[in-house]
Amino acid sequence: MSLLGENFMTEEGEFVINMGPQHPSTHGVLHLKVWLDGETIKKVQPHLGYIHRSIEKMSERLSYRNFIYATSRMDYLSAHINNQACALAVEKGLQVEVPARAQAIRVLLAELTRLQSHQLWWGCTGLDLGAVTPFFYAFREREAIMEIFEETCGARLTQNFCVPGGVMYDVNPNFQKRVKDVMQQIKSKYREYEEILTGNVIFENRTKGVGYLSKEDAISFGVTGPTARASGISCDIRKWFPYDGYEKLDFEEVVMEGGDCYTRYMARIEEMKQSVHIIEQMIDNLPEGDIQGKTKNVIKLPKGEFYQKVETARGELGVYIVSDGAASPYRIKYRSPNFSNLSALETMSVGTKIGDLVAIMATIDLVIPDIDR
Amino acid sequence: MSNEELKLSLTAHYPEMVFEEGSEYINIVVGPSNFRNCIEQLRNEAAWKFDHLFCLTCVDWKTNFTMVYHLLSCTFKHQLVVKVKLTDVNNPEIETICDLWKGANFHEREVYDMFGVKFTNHPDLRRILLDEDWSGYPLRKNYVDVNMIEI
Repeated sequence: MSLLGENFMTEEGEFVINMGPQHPSTHGVLHLKVWLDGETIKKVQPHLGYIHRSIEKMSERLSYRNFIYATSRMDYLSAHINNQACALAVEKGLQVEVPARAQAIRVLLAELTRLQSHQLWWGCTGLDLGAVTPFFYAFREREAIMEIFEETCGARLTQNFCVPGGVMYDVNPNFQKRVKDVMQQIKSKYREYEEILTGNVIFENRTKGVGYLSKEDAISFGVTGPTARASGISCDIRKWFPYDGYEKLDFEEVVMEGGDCYTRYMARIEEMKQSVHIIEQMIDNLPEGDIQGKTKNVIKLPKGEFYQKVETARGELGVYIVSDGAASPYRIKYRSPNFSNLSALETMSVGTKIGDLVAIMATIDLVIPDIDR
Repeated sequence: MSNEELKLSLTAHYPEMVFEEGSEYINIVVGPSNFRNCIEQLRNEAAWKFDHLFCLTCVDWKTNFTMVYHLLSCTFKHQLVVKVKLTDVNNPEIETICDLWKGANFHEREVYDMFGVKFTNHPDLRRILLDEDWSGYPLRKNYVDVNMIEI
């Protein structure tokens, strides 16, 4: 019997090495135990829970206004979308009408969140595969979006901007102009992105045909988000189960066939363009009116179960609230996209080389706090 | 299929089906003994094709543990919730569905970790988020943490 975290050789001559919990390519504390035959991966076993904070248990003692803010700390790159999911779930229970302006602000911020998240992912993917420059390019545009967040909500990462019934404050008078400027800036940089990474021969060699995930496996593992859409599954929640007015917007669901790392990469690049498209059609038509629907100070949901799913930058986040009529939830379950996406990692990586594992993890785009919750 | 059509088609197939209200989805309650057959049929039957298990969890109702399976059909986009009530609160046990949905593996391990529900025939039933030597199951309502301070 070996200790967790020990590297050793099995009787069959396979090396067992530990990747993480502190490894630069895992972008957090994920611990993978990898069985190797030479350089070929035979088996991968993820060990989770290094940053488990029991958000579900904590939420059972928090009020319906407060539990929302814990979710910013799950997938911290989609913090706003997580908040939105919780707010929507509570609104479903209260059956409160959300004003059109609040919905529009939520969607705008959600798409900006998706953009900055994909931008960070794009930079880090380059970094993981040995290209350092994209990281700086990506952070240049991301920083502009973060400044908009800072001006709007006072926070850059954990926005906490959604409340049950709407949003907390109105946007800054400067908001529309700044967003339009950033969109112009991002659109003018697409070519740069294509030149520096997409068309790069080394990058293509490292990602094309690597980490294949078939459509059947993706469904069976419950993989969602761009990772699943690159395997040919149409699963965009914004299209199929629209919320907050997505049904009125014109955008395309990016579905690609291929299922390898390169397709997943391309799917996210296309999604960025769709997000820009959504923001551009909304920014000039921000409806006037209230920013919050009428809710009581102490929210009590009726007895029952409320499930709300949203599309975060990584896939489907589900919030399942079981209410017994009290002021705090009886049980909350977060169906986090990364948890299911990670379970498909072994299928994608068995048979590839150890270096490819980094490419695969980069293109699934894992955020570890969301897995551990 | 809309919710009403789905309900009709389910009752046509299982005349003794028990439905539960209080959710936007159709909720069906199945006994632990015929749960495996039922969920396998829901997955494979051409009219339903519930091939995507998007959420698997458990609720501790003190008198029973209710396993909750959220199913979606990728082809038809209709949704269904299957519930199984495990009345033996000291030793809850249910059959695994890992072989039907590969993704259920991690989710079942999480339920085992947090609620102590044992999944029979599960290939690798270990704790997933907590340490191996953790005592107790934190999401049970009767769980007492000695380090917890009342504020």
